Amino acid sequence: MAVTPETEFDELVASDKRVEPRDWMPDAYRKTMVRQIAQHAHSEIIGMQPEGEWIARAPSLRRKAILLAKVQDEAGHGLYLYSATETLGVDRADLTNRLITGAQKYSSIFNYPTLTFADVGVIGWLVDGAAICNQVPLCRSSYGPYARAMVRICKEESFHQRQGFELLLTMMRGSDAQRAMVQDATNRWWWPSLMMFGPPDDDSPNTAQSMKWRIKRHTNDELCQRFVDMTVPQADALGVTLPDPQLSWNESRGSYDFGAPDWDEFKRVVSGDGPCNAQRVAHRRAAHENGAWVRDAAATYAAKYSAAVA
Amino acid sequence: MSVQPDWPLWEVFVRGKRGLNHVHVGSLHAADAEMALHSARDLYTRRNEGVSIWVVPAAEITASSPDEKDAFFAPSGDKVYRHPTFYDIPDEIPHI
Repeated sequence: MAVTPETEFDELVASDKRVEPRDWMPDAYRKTMVRQIAQHAHSEIIGMQPEGEWIARAPSLRRKAILLAKVQDEAGHGLYLYSATETLGVDRADLTNRLITGAQKYSSIFNYPTLTFADVGVIGWLVDGAAICNQVPLCRSSYGPYARAMVRICKEESFHQRQGFELLLTMMRGSDAQRAMVQDATNRWWWPSLMMFGPPDDDSPNTAQSMKWRIKRHTNDELCQRFVDMTVPQADALGVTLPDPQLSWNESRGSYDFGAPDWDEFKRVVSGDGPCNAQRVAHRRAAHENGAWVRDAAATYAAKYSAAVA
Repeated sequence: MSVQPDWPLWEVFVRGKRGLNHVHVGSLHAADAEMALHSARDLYTRRNEGVSIWVVPAAEITASSPDEKDAFFAPSGDKVYRHPTFYDIPDEIPHI
């Protein structure tokens, strides 16, 4: 068989080597990578909002410093990922535009509100916990710049999850009212966290191609099961109940059985009809538009300064 | 809504600690070199990952070829005699 760029690409990926930016790649691979990395970047950027709302209301200086560092990390993760997306030949300003016009999506989890400070802890524990399950295998993604960004991100996510769990432990050792807040936040975030793994395998048409291209290493069902198995003992240690009556240990599988999230709700939230979709995008758009004069001023200063030294 | 052109792209290199080379870590957009350095510090060294940063305008980098593997590197491919393992030395010869 003749050696074509396509067969070379397939062999490279099949032998677990990394694809680098200037390699030939199928258009569909490039398109899929742009969509996946941009969507991930947008999720990090929008993900600053639910927790950012609690920075000024954090109950102590310690919690405020931690939360500020965490939200700053989310910004950093978004920027690592935009940087990786740009290696595929897309423009950063265009990506921002696609986010604030709704042309590209972000993770549906960030369209839920953060009602109490316990939500900050539960987001760290469950949402970041689910994100870690999803992201650790992406450190071996076939696309080099994405895999390298994920290595940095995963190193930092561990702090996010641990600070959340520690926050919840502290609240669970507090008053009855605090324990009730943790249980309430757990009830509200459990199902949306499971939805982060995406639809079940038999309803996930792109999985096979993504596995072949090694941009996905495990199916949605495998990752979700791993998350549940990891999380149940943590819930026990905390003393909270996960809101799933079907949750039970299955001795023969060596795993927990659990119920299915409301996939109709998932589809509604993804398509724009969640509790906070409009608010999240409007906030990002306002930040972008209100920052226009700063970007212009810096560009003008740079142009004048380089003209003066020339 | 119009899309404003971005600030130029800068590639970022960080020296992890004294004694190591600067290593490429990623890129960012900034209006000028000073802003690029400050942003690189905030973005790539939030946890003591570096003691020194270089920022280079991405447009100023000249790269070897549009492909990461091609004939450009072929000349070194067939010169096995440049490697120490090419030479057979009896086992009893010490320190070589």
